[in-house]
Amino acid sequence: MSPDFAITLVYIGYALAVLLTFGAILTWVERKQAAIMSDRIGANRAYLRIPFTQVKLVWLGLFHGMADGLKLLLKEDFKPVTYDKLGYALGPWLAFTPVVLVFAVIPFGGTLDPGALFPSLADWFDGRTYPMQIAPLDAGLLVVFAFGGIAIIGAMLAGWSSSNKFSMLGALRAGSQLISYELVMGLTVLGLILIYGTVDLDAMVRHQSGTVLGFLPAWGIVYQPLAAILFLTAGIAENKRIPFDLPEAESELISGYFTEYSAMKQGMFMLSEFIEIAIIAALFTTLFLGGYNLPWLTDAGFVFPGGATFELGHGAVVAIQVVTFLAKVFLLCSFQILIRWTLPRFRWDQLLGFAWKFLLPLSIANLVVTAVAVWALT
Amino acid sequence: MSSRKPYVRKRYWNEPEMGWYERSYFFEIWRGIRITGGVFLANMWKWMTGRKGALTAYYPEEIRADYAAHNRGKHILTQRPDGRPQCVACNMCATVCPAQVIEIDAAFDPDDPEHPKYPSRFEIDYSRCVFCGLCVEACPEDAIRMVKETPDLPGFDRGRMWLKQDELLNWQPKQDVAKPYPAAGAGRTRGAP
Repeated sequence: MSPDFAITLVYIGYALAVLLTFGAILTWVERKQAAIMSDRIGANRAYLRIPFTQVKLVWLGLFHGMADGLKLLLKEDFKPVTYDKLGYALGPWLAFTPVVLVFAVIPFGGTLDPGALFPSLADWFDGRTYPMQIAPLDAGLLVVFAFGGIAIIGAMLAGWSSSNKFSMLGALRAGSQLISYELVMGLTVLGLILIYGTVDLDAMVRHQSGTVLGFLPAWGIVYQPLAAILFLTAGIAENKRIPFDLPEAESELISGYFTEYSAMKQGMFMLSEFIEIAIIAALFTTLFLGGYNLPWLTDAGFVFPGGATFELGHGAVVAIQVVTFLAKVFLLCSFQILIRWTLPRFRWDQLLGFAWKFLLPLSIANLVVTAVAVWALT
Repeated sequence: MSSRKPYVRKRYWNEPEMGWYERSYFFEIWRGIRITGGVFLANMWKWMTGRKGALTAYYPEEIRADYAAHNRGKHILTQRPDGRPQCVACNMCATVCPAQVIEIDAAFDPDDPEHPKYPSRFEIDYSRCVFCGLCVEACPEDAIRMVKETPDLPGFDRGRMWLKQDELLNWQPKQDVAKPYPAAGAGRTRGAP
């Protein structure tokens, strides 16, 4: 086993653990946050009893997610009589897998020097360093949008192969909505590409490590505040959650494109939705919030303006970067949940009108202004 | 020849008038998020400082404090000063009960010539009780009353909802005080029919 391969395996394990944990925890966070926002307590009855004792672990209802998962796994896997069994079986996977794969190009930490962390393995690693990113691709941002395109196929396939009018309507809605908002998303990001001059996500994050005007962190949101808002809006729309949950729209379409799915297949749509919250938060963090960067944190430690420095070891720096990234992602997830429990659902014509008549012109205007500014300054 | 009139959307008198500020949508969204986020932060701060940040009562463990004084909650059987039930087992409450949840067995007590008839068994099936209060209205002896607290019944066993005389007599003794019998000024004299 080569060191590169070992490091990649560790990264993949970390990414899967983080994503699935976020998927599970966010169900709990969503319940609790919604409850607290509306003066309620939230789910708090499920418990684990320690065997042979009467000690019941409630832990603020954290085990409700476990109970849900068990229920989804143990329920009958009902299959409709459909003319496309393959498409029906593929649907959840095509919706779930691209969402997880997006994380492959997202840098979740700075540069890792395993030889410095584990001196006993220093010879094996031979002084090589690795960016904390599963796939350090030059075309990182393009990969993100490519996988976003595959997710559309998942929703369309699920709806089309269910032989159900509601599913079909949901799939059509999902298709047109995702394509519209994908466009907005792409155009908003173009401004960032102009500023950073690259589509490599790791290079983008490294660009955001300095400060602007001496005190502001050089994050994308400082350069492109409008693009940040538009990107987050389009991201929530990509995720098909309220206020953009027309493809699911319980009051109109039962569950939209996954009406005919039950048990864990339906659970995979739900899980992919919750993981996509985290993915959108991670993308937003990477593009606009400086990724793993804290202001004044460099690979050697904190370097404050005025010359004061605070030396940190390599392990501490890596830990701080990873935790910073996770904290930013979690805060953004919480913000998305706040939006989901605040805003009412759009009407269908409003939804498309919002994308094509409002967000798209704004993002094009943003792009033009950015292009002119970049051209004038260079 | 009938010609179709073009569709004209009806204008309502209370249609909202939106200027550019409302139409631009983001400001109003921001206002909404500030409200919900503010409530979230306020409640979260309460939870984190060890207070309760919700209006909800944990139902079986916690009984809400603001029941109205006239709320028809659980029944109590009033007692004579010697602790025996005021009830004379006349069966009027069981007769009037629309849900037919009251069961009374009468017994004879030769030691008490004033009240020779007493209930040896007085049971209420709370799984069917509709809390209408007609038993209280019907009782000629002020033997059954309803207090504002709801019965503490949630459980995993339906049999627990069938309450016996002991519980009806004893589940809140401090409020369980009989009027003097015969009631003062009731106009009835001892030994009268």
